Amino acid sequence: MWARAVWLGLRAPLGGRRGFTSKADPQGSGRVTADVIEHLERLALVDFGSREAVARLEKAIAFADRLHAVHTDGVEPMESVLEDRCLYLRSDNVVEGNCAEELLQNSHRVVEEYFVAPPGNISLPKLDEQEPFPHS
Amino acid sequence: MAAPVLRWGCSGTCSALAWVYGVSRHRRGAPTGSTSNWIRGQSSLAQQPLHTARKPRKGEHEWAAVVGLEIHAQISSNSKLFSGSQVCFAAPPNSLVSFFDASLPGTLPVLNRRCVEAAVMTGLALNCHINKKSLFDRKHYFYADLPAGYQITQQRLPIAVNGSLTYGICVGKTRRQVTARTVRVKQIQLEQDSGKSLHDDLRSQTLVDLNRAGIGLLELVLEPDLSCGEEAATAVRELQLILQALGTSQANMAEGQLRVDANVSVHHPGEPLGVRTEVKNLNSIRFLAKAIDYEIQRQIKELEDGGEILNETRSFDYKLGCTVPMRDKEGKQDYRFMPEPNLPPLLLYDATSLPAGADSQQVINIDQIRERLPELPSVTRERLVQQYGMLPEHSFTLLNEVGLLEFFQNVIKETRAEPKKVTSWVLNTFLGYLKQQNLAVRESPVTASALAELLDLLDSKAISSSAAKQVFEELWKNEGKTPAQIVSEKKLELMQDQEALEQLCHSVMQGHPQVVMDVKKGNPRAINKLIGLVRKATLSRADPAVIKATLEKQLSCHGSCPPA
Repeated sequence: MWARAVWLGLRAPLGGRRGFTSKADPQGSGRVTADVIEHLERLALVDFGSREAVARLEKAIAFADRLHAVHTDGVEPMESVLEDRCLYLRSDNVVEGNCAEELLQNSHRVVEEYFVAPPGNISLPKLDEQEPFPHS
Repeated sequence: MAAPVLRWGCSGTCSALAWVYGVSRHRRGAPTGSTSNWIRGQSSLAQQPLHTARKPRKGEHEWAAVVGLEIHAQISSNSKLFSGSQVCFAAPPNSLVSFFDASLPGTLPVLNRRCVEAAVMTGLALNCHINKKSLFDRKHYFYADLPAGYQITQQRLPIAVNGSLTYGICVGKTRRQVTARTVRVKQIQLEQDSGKSLHDDLRSQTLVDLNRAGIGLLELVLEPDLSCGEEAATAVRELQLILQALGTSQANMAEGQLRVDANVSVHHPGEPLGVRTEVKNLNSIRFLAKAIDYEIQRQIKELEDGGEILNETRSFDYKLGCTVPMRDKEGKQDYRFMPEPNLPPLLLYDATSLPAGADSQQVINIDQIRERLPELPSVTRERLVQQYGMLPEHSFTLLNEVGLLEFFQNVIKETRAEPKKVTSWVLNTFLGYLKQQNLAVRESPVTASALAELLDLLDSKAISSSAAKQVFEELWKNEGKTPAQIVSEKKLELMQDQEALEQLCHSVMQGHPQVVMDVKKGNPRAINKLIGLVRKATLSRADPAVIKATLEKQLSCHGSCPPA
């Protein structure tokens, strides 16, 4: 899923994206500025390079905005709906794993026993990844 | 004492300020400076002093560095934090992955009791307050080796807070005095490790191995109480020893079981703190010290040249010995923390709060864990000082070299020699040879029993100490001979035959009448010449003190009663 999102992001031409964003409206409700779009794209590695995508984002935000309609004054927020339950503790035994073959069936691409992902947000300089553990 | 005393810590007077003056002086010449001269990786602590401390001239800018650390220690457990898959280094890729670790839909986290106990133990050992209620949160970020898109951690209410870590640093001109420093521990939180990415630049792809994904981590956040690379390195080394003593983490940096990020800033004392940078990719204690020192220098140079420090993440390039900016964290990261909905609060108990009739498998008793804490390194050192009368710095060296304490204790167990003698031989001779050949204790050709036997020979005065050195050198060649065999083969045993010695003394005196005359005339140095001649005649196998006594006896009655 995320891998596909990255591919989409990489395929999209760099320019032209901002053309789809709505008119800047800092105080606006549901209106999304170019800066915010860029920030979200970076965080989520998702491409908002079409008018429909931005419209969908704005609709999602408007949907979530309905939460503000609920009055929560004086209500102590819960940590979780399970907060008064006991947290079950498992003893430290190995009972799972050894299913690489099954798991790798989910992967779009595989090299040996590795999942293959597009090059991600890796550091700027070419650090030597070939020998990640220099001997001490 | 030769090389092996613990020799790091701040230079000279051990003042961070003095050190930083050194930096601003040095910077024009060599940017990376003559920082350190490490002999071995994390196990070795011998280091040359950094800079000669210099008194600041009036008007010269003073800089102080502020360093805080975030440390991730992989918990030593059989299975992962929230799943039952195995924890093991260097297994075939993706073989230690459960459906939960791969974030398949419908899977849920089940907390590993061992990981909680490890966190409590570590918290207690670091004098932390253990929170009887702690919470799990999701921290979101996108990266190929984090399939869920979030990491389960403890952001709001961690398991342990407000602790301290005390470490010893060498000070004084000779850097032999150890002084205690303390860095505060802000918090310890339980969290999941991520998988590993191998970046294949050539084919422009990333290979993902999830074996590490979901292993339990202790994130330890230290307050910014440190002021140079060496302080940080010494504190991390102490933490490493504590974790290893507790068994809560193997803490091997080379295998990534202990990873350190450093937050570094510089400022003028008395002024607000400077903008900080975060240095990542520190996978050995040596690089930790180097990276921090480099970063301090870089920031000072940048500010003195009128530049500004950006709040950025930098990565340490160990080949170039410098830090470089990383691209992936431009701007402020937004982790979008939220409470983990699948895990209720983690509750811990003590003797007073333990609910009656609770299932012992389902409750964790802090007091019980406290009682089971093993001896910590600081206590071990104190015991060594008390028990064997060694200097504190010797106890530091014994603990800092991997396996050296065990070696020392084995020698002590098997020999009749005085502990002080054993200490001196282990720390000077034995460790000296190891360093010279860049070997670890376990790679030593000389076993503890062989050294014990050698020290017995020395202790019973069967050999002289110079002969003992010779035997040691032979032992080091590792030809399978025992010390006793070497002694008899090389004829190194001390002359025990007093009559034979008297004969030798007599003939030497007869052969050198002029020297004997000098002695009689009262030249105090002449007797030394005779001792030397006799020693030579015995092939250095006689104790000089015994020779001297024999000679004096013969000289006193030389005139009146010549030996038959």
